[in-house]
Amino acid sequence: MSSDQNDVGRRDFLMVAAGSFAAVGGAAALWPLIDQMNPDASAKALASVEVDLAPIKDGQAITIMWRGKPVFIRKRTAQEIAAAEEVDVNDLPDPQSDSARVEKPEWLVLIGICTHLGCIPRGQAAGDLHGDFGGWFCPCHGSHYDTSGRIRKGPAPRNLEVPPYAFVTDSKIKIG
Amino acid sequence: MSDHSSSYVPSNGFTRWLDERLPVLRMMHGQFIDFPTPRNLNYFWTFGGILTFCLMVQLITGIILAMHFVAHGDHAFQSVEHIMRDVNWGDLIRYTHAVGASMFFLAAYIHMFRGLYYGSYKSPREILWILGVMIILVMIITAFMGYSLPWGQMSFWAVTVITNLFTAIPFVGESITQWIWGGYSVGDPTLNRLFSLHYLFPFVIAALVGLHIWALHVVGSNNPTGVEVKTEKDTVSFFPFYIIKDGFAVIMFALLFAWFVFYAPNYLGHSDNFIEANPLQTPQHIVPEWYFLPFYAILRAIPDKLFGVIAMILAICVLFVIPWLDTSRIRSVRYRPLYKPFFWLFVITCLALGYLGAKAPEGYYLLASRIFTAYYFIHFLVVMPVVGLYETPKEVPDSIADSVLGKEATSETAQ
Ligand code: HEM
Ligand code: FES
Repeated sequence: MSSDQNDVGRRDFLMVAAGSFAAVGGAAALWPLIDQMNPDASAKALASVEVDLAPIKDGQAITIMWRGKPVFIRKRTAQEIAAAEEVDVNDLPDPQSDSARVEKPEWLVLIGICTHLGCIPRGQAAGDLHGDFGGWFCPCHGSHYDTSGRIRKGPAPRNLEVPPYAFVTDSKIKIG
Repeated sequence: MSDHSSSYVPSNGFTRWLDERLPVLRMMHGQFIDFPTPRNLNYFWTFGGILTFCLMVQLITGIILAMHFVAHGDHAFQSVEHIMRDVNWGDLIRYTHAVGASMFFLAAYIHMFRGLYYGSYKSPREILWILGVMIILVMIITAFMGYSLPWGQMSFWAVTVITNLFTAIPFVGESITQWIWGGYSVGDPTLNRLFSLHYLFPFVIAALVGLHIWALHVVGSNNPTGVEVKTEKDTVSFFPFYIIKDGFAVIMFALLFAWFVFYAPNYLGHSDNFIEANPLQTPQHIVPEWYFLPFYAILRAIPDKLFGVIAMILAICVLFVIPWLDTSRIRSVRYRPLYKPFFWLFVITCLALGYLGAKAPEGYYLLASRIFTAYYFIHFLVVMPVVGLYETPKEVPDSIADSVLGKEATSETAQ
């Protein structure tokens, strides 16, 4: 009787142990099959670029590619900086002060992808619409961004993202 | 029904030998020759056959296109132009595939509204219906992936907008989206995986269609009266009656199909897709293919990104549970006076959403898409359960034979 009960306990243990090993082994085998789809080494290798800012004049903007995404670099005019700074942060859909979004006030660096569904907002080229707040306007579903790249009106939930960057020299930045 | 005895008699030594080893001819004979089928099916019942035809057309033209297509961000657009200009009959094959996707959805939507009208989703056909909803889901994903392959502006930006829907998922949205992209934006790795899966999914559809027909042949077809088959008098054999009727319908459908292929191959497409993908410039208006417009309208009707995405997914997934949302005791809308106007209101709602999906979401258009989105869900979640409880149905015929023979008698006296 008691040896029977021992047997049952031992079998249960073996079942649970075998089941757990199979589950862990299965998961371990599955992971490479899933992870292979993540950005690969060559995508990660493009992870940083340097940009020379010297040729950009006041009020001018350029677009460069970083990790396959457009990055907007804009040399803001004094009015644009003032407009971005005087907004009451608490009134914004995604509250953030202008100073938290720039390294130096005249240089605004943004990922040029609408935070709604990924279109490229207009406002870079000379003749473009800038939207109701003087920054960028996304034609896809009508999001308006201000001169700090913050969302002010429309369906986008967040401000245009600021990529990680640093000034290498006074007139050169490294993005990524 | 699938257990009805097949009248198959092997005709020669070989088929007798085969029949004792793999009775596949016996099975085919039982399912597609002497299968008992309600005698009163109308032309709406031919769309299953039409859909099978569409699937075969997509498979054949698609496998041929894949012989000439190059799944690479730098070459895909050129290779499609190469198919159009250089490959023998390449333009015909590509247009057939592109128009074929539209024809496929046209047939599928008619097939589904047929099911809704005649109550074909109700017991005992729930599994049959659920398999159908799974097929339309996989079809939607397949068509979306196929549309990305020519790598024109609309292809690229449709992929961008749709994959960005996943960023709406809290916390892990960003990582999931990058996993789908295989990079930090839509690019060459994305195109490659979309092609791999676009090749795979039609075969998943074919497998689901197999199960769908199996489930159909277990319970048998519904019919315009919604009354179950009771005696042999209610049925005729599938061959020759319905083979001929389905065949005729397929030919009529093929005429419409051919008209588009030969006279208006680009009518259903978008001119922006003749411009190669440019990740730096979004087209002025992003519009999906017509068959996605109602869902796109629902997505945009809701001001919140996450809830917009959820509503769009639910718009299809709610179909999974309608066998249990509909409380009516009888199937066919023919005998449901109270529900009938609501059914047509639902049809209008779907058409209106399709119209609104192509318009800018502003002003009255936005207001209208909100109202119709609301009714879309109210129809399933409120009208279906409530109307079934309060409605007094009209008198339903005792049997299929009664309904058919009764009609014949009246038309005779009229003459
Ligand atoms: C469920 C059935 C299918 C649907 C709904 C479907 C849908 C589509 C659509 C909408 C396109 C874009 C056409 C265009 O705008 O030019 C496309 C392209 C393509 N499909 Fe399919 N497809 C199906 C089955 C297949 C199969 C079985 C293959 C075989 C591998 C295939 C291979 C291709 C290729 C290579 C292209 C790119 C060439 C082109 O753009 O014409 N498709 N598909
Ligand atoms: S993607 Fe910019 S508003 Fe929708």
